[in-house]
Amino acid sequence: MEPAAGSAARPALSAPAPGSDLLRASGSSVQIRLHGRGGQGTVTAAELLSVAAFEEGLFAQAFPSFGSERMGAPVEAYCRLSRSPIRTREPVSRPDVLIIQDASLIEQVDLFSGLRDGAYVLVNTTEPLEDLGFPPLAALRRDHVLSVPATELAREYLGRPTPNSVLLGGFAAMTRLVSLGAVHHAIRHRFSGAVADANVAAAAAAFEHVTAEREGRVRAPAG
Amino acid sequence: MLQQVEGSKAVAHAVAMCRPQVVCAYPISPQTHIIEAIGAKVKAGELTGCEYINADSEMAAMSGVIGASAVGARAYTATASQGLLFMMEAVYNAAGLGLPVVLTLANRALGAPINIWNDHSDAMSVRDAGWVQLFAESNQDAVDLHVLAFALAEELSVPVMVCMDGFVLTHAVERVDLPTQAQVDALLPAFVPRQVLDADAPLSIGAMVGPDAFTEVRYLMHARLLRALDVMPTLAASHAEVLDRPVGGLVRPYRTEDAEVVVVAMGSVLGTVKDAVDELRADGSKVGAVGITCYRPFPAAQLRSAIAGARRVVVLEKAFSTGVGGILSAEVAASAGATGAAVHSVIAGLGGRAIPGSTVRGILRDALAGTLAELTFADLKTELIEAEFTRMAAGRRSGPPAENLLRDLVAGERRRHG
Repeated sequence: MEPAAGSAARPALSAPAPGSDLLRASGSSVQIRLHGRGGQGTVTAAELLSVAAFEEGLFAQAFPSFGSERMGAPVEAYCRLSRSPIRTREPVSRPDVLIIQDASLIEQVDLFSGLRDGAYVLVNTTEPLEDLGFPPLAALRRDHVLSVPATELAREYLGRPTPNSVLLGGFAAMTRLVSLGAVHHAIRHRFSGAVADANVAAAAAAFEHVTAEREGRVRAPAG
Repeated sequence: MLQQVEGSKAVAHAVAMCRPQVVCAYPISPQTHIIEAIGAKVKAGELTGCEYINADSEMAAMSGVIGASAVGARAYTATASQGLLFMMEAVYNAAGLGLPVVLTLANRALGAPINIWNDHSDAMSVRDAGWVQLFAESNQDAVDLHVLAFALAEELSVPVMVCMDGFVLTHAVERVDLPTQAQVDALLPAFVPRQVLDADAPLSIGAMVGPDAFTEVRYLMHARLLRALDVMPTLAASHAEVLDRPVGGLVRPYRTEDAEVVVVAMGSVLGTVKDAVDELRADGSKVGAVGITCYRPFPAAQLRSAIAGARRVVVLEKAFSTGVGGILSAEVAASAGATGAAVHSVIAGLGGRAIPGSTVRGILRDALAGTLAELTFADLKTELIEAEFTRMAAGRRSGPPAENLLRDLVAGERRRHG
């Protein structure tokens, strides 16, 4: 039994943000699908995202796809965000947001399956998005498809190639569904000490990177 | 205390708040996170007065909690799937001896074929053992049902099993209002056993009983278990008052008023079912749902009134009796009795297959149109079945079916990707 919507007793969302139209447009909930590989912290990323959303006063549900857990094997995790309690338990088959932790997954996995019109896609890559050969992305708004060199930022700040919390900084910048502060809070909820500090700094760097890329893509339409 | 927390950790918190004196368990997916979290609480000194015993098998784990309960300790364990089968003899003994232990069953399919994912075949394998079996719909429900489970077990001197869907709930991170120590203390008085092994007042427990009294001892077990149907609603009301939210209950009707078609289900699929009911209601279809929270003892009268008025009852269940069909469906049909409703059995979600809203909506539409069969295996891949039948017909040594089907699946994938 879910707690009633009125029992939230948490601060309301801060100032209306660009991405908050997603919460209205998607009806019941915003559906996020994360694709990664075993060892990249995909399941943890979904969990941290749900904690960040909880900090923002939203209802959130995160769960893994429960495949075999092997290093390097494709992994999926899901997260739903909503202003009201979330009841459904089915995997996300019609995502509003895709987070791709490893662009090479395109060779093994139908990454864009069920992608909704107007969806957002965040890709961990150092390549220009146009060079990745992701055909479905051409149909999306240019400022809805963004990249962040999350593995490189993770190496720089954490000393190891774990892109998950870095990508959450990028997610906040891309969708504005959660604030960077909420992402920081979620990271500190999970990690402590120097590891938390490094993840917080890496998420902030990703937030800046994606904010700049987004603004660039808004100003300079496809040519 | 609202928290965004993993189901397993939330349940570990609830169990710790119940102040168990002995926790004896053996890890198995998808139960592992629960007992790891409880073990960590004992080690960190957060859960005091508790002996955590890492058993060397499930048989030892259940035997350990039986021994602990027999000397008057509040005892807890958790398992899943093959782990439950391995402790089966002791599962029956806990009930037969009338020992109020609490067990979390992180529901997982039974093999073979081996499968770590969720369905209800493990819970169904012990439905006749004499335990109270409660099914959680959400992680909030799982948390609240554990507090209720200890209270119910000790009030009636029967063991209670809280079933929560493996992975779907145990590994889901969602908002849960965790009970405080003061709340749980107010709901759970100290354990006063009906029978206790005490060196100062020696007695034995577990006598061999012959034909002269076996029926009567068993009858008393039946009577004791049935009392849960009266005690549960009273306890649930007091828990709801202290926790300030709906708790427990026997059955939970959802939008059943004037419903022509009612879905009956247990566990986490009810969330998806309720969303489907809302969508069909928005289109003007008269559909509803009933969740069964207390599966054992079976709340036949409460279920009968919840489905009264429905033309068709669709029982959506995550297990079946091989060679028969739906298990819950048969019990629902027996309860429906004179209501005249047609009872349909839909088997879904076996071995972790997702049950999408589209499947549930399709079943509801078929039931409304009168085209739903008496027994349906939802989303059955008939091409895989047909291929195996063809192989079997072609020659005697058709090979192991599981391996054959997996090979066909891979071949199908290759064809699709060119």
